[in-house]
Amino acid sequence: MLSRVAENIYWMARYVERAENTARIVTVNANLLLDLPKGIAPGWRPLVDITGANPLFEEHYKDYSERNVVRFLLADERNSGSILAALMAARENCRTIRDFVPREVWELLNEIYLFAREDLPKGMTKGGRHAYLKRVIQGAQNINGLLSGTMLHDQGYDFLHLGRFLERADMTTRIIDVRSANLLPEEATELRPFETIQWVSVLKSMTAYQAYRRSEQIRVLRGPVLRFLFQNETFPRSVVHCIDALRTSLSKLPRNESALRVAGRLKRNLEGTEPRRLNQQQLHAFIDDLQVGIGDLHEELARTWFPPPPESQSQSQTQD
Amino acid sequence: MSIDWNAYPSEGFYDELVAGNGHRAIAGLLADLEALGPEELVARQEAADVSIKEMGITFTVYSEEGGAIDRTWPFDIIPRIIAQSEWERVEAGLRQRVQALNLFIDDLYHDQKVIKDGVFPAEVLAKSVNFRPQCIGVDPPLGIWAHICGSDLVRDADGTLYVLEDNLRVPSGVSYMLENRLVTKRVLPELFEHYAPLPVDDYPSELFDTLAALSPRPADYPAVVVLTPGIYNSAYFEHSYLAQQMGCELVEGRDLFVDKDDCVYMRTVDGLARVDVVYRRIDDLFLDPEAFLPDSALGVPGLMRAWKAGNVALANAPGAGVADDKVVYAFVPELIRYYLDADPIIPNVPTYRCMEADALAYTLENMERMVVKPANESGGYGMLVGPASTKAEREHFAELIKKDPRNYIAQPALKLSTVPTIIGKKLEPRHVDLRPFILSADRQQVTMGGLTRVAMRKGSLVVNSSQGGGSKDTWIVPEPPQAEE
Repeated sequence: MLSRVAENIYWMARYVERAENTARIVTVNANLLLDLPKGIAPGWRPLVDITGANPLFEEHYKDYSERNVVRFLLADERNSGSILAALMAARENCRTIRDFVPREVWELLNEIYLFAREDLPKGMTKGGRHAYLKRVIQGAQNINGLLSGTMLHDQGYDFLHLGRFLERADMTTRIIDVRSANLLPEEATELRPFETIQWVSVLKSMTAYQAYRRSEQIRVLRGPVLRFLFQNETFPRSVVHCIDALRTSLSKLPRNESALRVAGRLKRNLEGTEPRRLNQQQLHAFIDDLQVGIGDLHEELARTWFPPPPESQSQSQTQD
Repeated sequence: MSIDWNAYPSEGFYDELVAGNGHRAIAGLLADLEALGPEELVARQEAADVSIKEMGITFTVYSEEGGAIDRTWPFDIIPRIIAQSEWERVEAGLRQRVQALNLFIDDLYHDQKVIKDGVFPAEVLAKSVNFRPQCIGVDPPLGIWAHICGSDLVRDADGTLYVLEDNLRVPSGVSYMLENRLVTKRVLPELFEHYAPLPVDDYPSELFDTLAALSPRPADYPAVVVLTPGIYNSAYFEHSYLAQQMGCELVEGRDLFVDKDDCVYMRTVDGLARVDVVYRRIDDLFLDPEAFLPDSALGVPGLMRAWKAGNVALANAPGAGVADDKVVYAFVPELIRYYLDADPIIPNVPTYRCMEADALAYTLENMERMVVKPANESGGYGMLVGPASTKAEREHFAELIKKDPRNYIAQPALKLSTVPTIIGKKLEPRHVDLRPFILSADRQQVTMGGLTRVAMRKGSLVVNSSQGGGSKDTWIVPEPPQAEE
């Protein structure tokens, strides 16, 4: 398989995953705000914090109002994490490998992109937002299902997995980082009931609530939630599950020694830590470490399998 | 409410579906369209438009300001129908033509007997912009240069089919032929059952066999790739479509690499992998910066070296475009007689070569009734359509021709045939041409029909998709058409 194609598949998967994750965090935030008392509700800024795009946001928007943040996350093409930009980028990557992925995948991706663009005005309203985001999430899930059900499970599929799970691991750590930090003042005991809501919302951002209840069988508390989200091997959005999936895909690829080494370091770091014993500051440092590892892994993939960066692409021809 | 065929204006043109001018039309189809009714027809057209959009069938128009714009492929659901008996004759004519052209190209890069025998003038060759001295003396596999040819056919008012031009460089459009069929099956299934048009879908496998037959390592399963300039090319959709349908890699120049052994390799996740056949959709001059334009980033340095060494096959062969020249076109009937000792089965449009004094004089006097074309433009660019021109345009062209008569030919403006086309909520006649594709390697194959292109603007003769043309599915129907009284 061509190195360039491997890279395109990888990015397609990452962008589809990114669109889905963005849709998830917006949905859950909207629900969360309805459950919290007005005075302490953290508003919409944390969502931008999660994506880490604050400088870009502040360059173009006056404040972190609901309207601005939602526009930035759904529609702003300058933000590569916005649903529209991510779907557009997924589609561009898919376009260049249309000979490689089943055509139904291209048709579906195309359809979702067109939906996301055309129905955007509805998605921007409070009333239409939920249905819009739901359709984006389902669309991404459909694409994943279609790929797993129709694409050859060959090297291309391994790169697809690499893209998806790397993006997901990155997003899971970001969500935990931001959501565990700034929701409630640490010592405010009168706000205890709301702490549960906070962690429920973290779980729900990842559709993890039901899974958590089934798997942990205890009420929603910081410690068990952190353990679940970092270390539960069976939950498909947990960090360890993503790392394991990455290692499985890597093990099938040729010339994989150094990439496997980087992934192995990530896994050891994860296994050797008990996140629930970490205070907020230590947790933050731990997540920072993981994120550096995830970044290293991406660099290693690019070095080993992807083509050298393209030179100028300005030439064009017309054929008739 | 039924379709009022009396209101359908025919204006003295040959219509492919509607009887008139003393020819018989395919009666059943009209009745069937009528049975559907105009609302239903419009609904089906809308369904087709939605399908095309969702299937992502596009072509790309590139502009400096806007970047690449993907336009949805314009398609009209009413098919163009040709009887199989007529098509068989056309097919034979196309095989003959491409055979002669391949012999001609091979001759030009070797002994040039055709020039020595006085059939083809040396000065035409001397001025050809598509003759590649780099190719002199090269023996491509099977002696074939133009493996994929797209010839444009047009029908005049009296029903005669002519060849209008041959595209021997990187002809495009075949993917749209295939997709048009797919869409028509979705939206007009009942007509399909009734007419049973002959299938077109075997083209990708025929193309693969054609390419595989050129492999320098015939013992192995050949590694065939499609070489594209990239996503900004107007035909990118087609490149990826064909690669997908053939199960080949779609490569860009930067994916390929010519090693010191003069073999071509592609960069894969497993390392370098040898390539045997390149179906290149890049023009000659961009193909190899070592041999042609040194600053081309689209091509592959050393590709010509590998080709000359016989380590890779290129389709079409570099230099094949020498026969893709509108002045060469004018000589094709003579070339067929010269190489095959046979009369052309499909005629050329009568063509005045401005390099000849009589022809030049005639052209200059009759420009209002002529179409004047430069030798090496495609896409309908740089030509003068006499009947639609202004006096100033004609004067401008007269100057151009006088300055460089070798570069121009002129043809009488044909009354291109029409096919009913949905315009708004009505059927109106629109002019069409037809581009069949001819594959040549160890054997020849002609597509069953081809791509019918439609000039969507009323009265316009310009069918090129880059200039607002549309398209139709083309049906070759096995039964002889029924007479309509």
